Amino acid sequence: MNKTSKLSVILLLLSILIVGCGSEETENAVDNTGIQNSSEQVNLDKEIAAYKSFAEEQLDQFVIATEAFVEAVKAGNLEEAKELYAPARMFFERSEPIAESFGDLDPRIDARLTDMEEEGEADEWSGYHKIEYGLWVEETTIGYEEVAEQLLKDVKELRAKVETVDVTAELMITGAVDLLNEVSTSKITGEEEIYSHTDLYDFKANIEGAEKIFEIFKENLQKKDPKLVTTLEENFAVLNVLLADKEDGKGGYISYEALTAEDTKALSEAVDHLAEPLSQMGIVVE
Amino acid sequence: MDQKEEQSLFKKRISRRDMLKFTGLGAAGAIIGASGFGGVLTAVGANPFVEEEKTESGLSFYGNYQSGITTKNPVHVYFVSLNCTAKSKSELKELFVLWTKQSAALMEGNLIGENKANTLLPAADTGEAVGLSTANLTLTFGVGPSLFKKSELGLSHLKPAELKDFPHFPKDQLDDEYVGGDICIQACADDQQVAFHAIRNLVRTGRGKVTMRWSQVGFNSYEEKNKEKVTPRNLFAFRDGTGNVNVNKSSEMKDVVWVQPGESQSWLTGGTYLAVRRIQMHLETWDRTALKEQEATFGRHRDTGAPLGKKQEFDDMEIDRKADGELIIPVDSHVFLALQVKDRIYRRSFSYSDGINPKTGAFDAGLFFLSFQKNPQQFINIQNSFGRTDKMNEYITHRGSAVFACFPGVKKGSFIGAKLFNSM
Repeated sequence: MNKTSKLSVILLLLSILIVGCGSEETENAVDNTGIQNSSEQVNLDKEIAAYKSFAEEQLDQFVIATEAFVEAVKAGNLEEAKELYAPARMFFERSEPIAESFGDLDPRIDARLTDMEEEGEADEWSGYHKIEYGLWVEETTIGYEEVAEQLLKDVKELRAKVETVDVTAELMITGAVDLLNEVSTSKITGEEEIYSHTDLYDFKANIEGAEKIFEIFKENLQKKDPKLVTTLEENFAVLNVLLADKEDGKGGYISYEALTAEDTKALSEAVDHLAEPLSQMGIVVE
Repeated sequence: MDQKEEQSLFKKRISRRDMLKFTGLGAAGAIIGASGFGGVLTAVGANPFVEEEKTESGLSFYGNYQSGITTKNPVHVYFVSLNCTAKSKSELKELFVLWTKQSAALMEGNLIGENKANTLLPAADTGEAVGLSTANLTLTFGVGPSLFKKSELGLSHLKPAELKDFPHFPKDQLDDEYVGGDICIQACADDQQVAFHAIRNLVRTGRGKVTMRWSQVGFNSYEEKNKEKVTPRNLFAFRDGTGNVNVNKSSEMKDVVWVQPGESQSWLTGGTYLAVRRIQMHLETWDRTALKEQEATFGRHRDTGAPLGKKQEFDDMEIDRKADGELIIPVDSHVFLALQVKDRIYRRSFSYSDGINPKTGAFDAGLFFLSFQKNPQQFINIQNSFGRTDKMNEYITHRGSAVFACFPGVKKGSFIGAKLFNSM
């Protein structure tokens, strides 16, 4: 083939690709798969259904756990409220990719004071972290009864609305990585639970949320990239061992403040080691 | 597409820069290298991702010796020391195979991997060097003594006897945050972002097998005389590297830098040792020191770089010269002490500036000292000669230290460190 004809072949192929992709992108926008060739699209209905039912189950539990927490606050049982706080939040943290789909409810339930201050809405602060402030800084439940009552209403509303979420493979794929990104940016720094220092509960729940998505995709991934599956299994195991080492022996986790710089570094690196290959999970749609 | 672009396409070379021009034809930037398309290009004999010996900069990752050692006049360095977390030798070997492929691509100014059409995946290359030239990027890999102590890797019998942590030197004040490492990568380039991009991508590739232990950036700036770059000045304003080994003289390089057959473990033949020292310079005290005192500290004149009492930078030192019965070069000057031992090293240092020391409010700045030699003992002997006597000690503190065995060069088709990782 001489140079000129080689060049024309390339240009021809390029133009076919450009035109081809242009027309298919419109379809993609509808089905949200992110893959450029709709004929290769993989049916992930089973996986999507499995994830939806996982999220619903988590949020069912979240309602129950929040009810108990709210009761303790309203009854003025400070120590009981403190004990129920972190475990209750884990159901929310596990299903965060779905829970955070609602731009208004998520902040009402989970906003930190700094987030609200940035928005100039510190007065509107509500939800779990506001009560956390009461329990650990003011060391009281008094004055937080209404906040607790509103929290329960918001959590129930969240549970009801989840039925309407359009769960997609994309939501699951980006959600898994986002869960780990949450860990890397706010949990490992102790910025999520600045009063209670129960960050490791959220940490563990985020990991479990990501691991669930991996479990659901595993069969599909196994066919496409068995090595990726092995790597992810190993890296989840490494991280879970590190976390198990920080259990308090009473079914919970030690305080963030009890972690040394080496601890946080080791945990953070283990998250990075896991999240990099986890970001390749998008191949499930190919 | 003009003729030049057409030619570059058929020389199988599309750099990051050319690619932008080329893809400007249509909004197809992401499609180049899309799955399937690479194969099409290969089929018509024009795949730009096929590795080529010759690169835009004229520098290649492939060769008898590693790049970034004899490469002259480096401007920026991004150096990283890594901990190895690989669980087996084969896992680590796999990483070096990947690094070799990617290093060659990086030095050619190419993306490190093909992006796929699936936009639910992150891009293969982190992308901040797209559109930038190769900027004379070089990449140099080495391994530290601690790597050989990892029983899971089974490399202990291959450790050269001389590869061990440096002894404590007088006046050392080492900070654990800048000491040691299992593996090092040195990226040098004329553009800081190109150097950083290379390290960032190599570390990303290594995630799960390596973690970052410490890193250091550094810089050099070159005055030009008659269009020739001259010896750069360090942050004390003195020329650094005047009496250096001549990289163009292969006899000198063999005597001083390159490990010769039989001199060490066979996997290191053609390689060299890298001595790394992060040397803090107390700029505040230096700046209030009289010029005469500064020159007596170095044993050279500041402006010209000439030996004390001489005119030109490259005038012979003639260390025994006397005036009025006194040695002209003071016995406690840096240069006098360096010349008390016969050992030579090849220096390739950079200045650094890392913000402000929080304890003192002073500049955290200094010299990122790098030297190459065929045996670490050469460096040790010189450093010991400085000892407690060196007048320079008043103005500097050694804060970081590491030693690495840098592999010999890599032939195309092989990978960096092949002889080590393929040894039984």
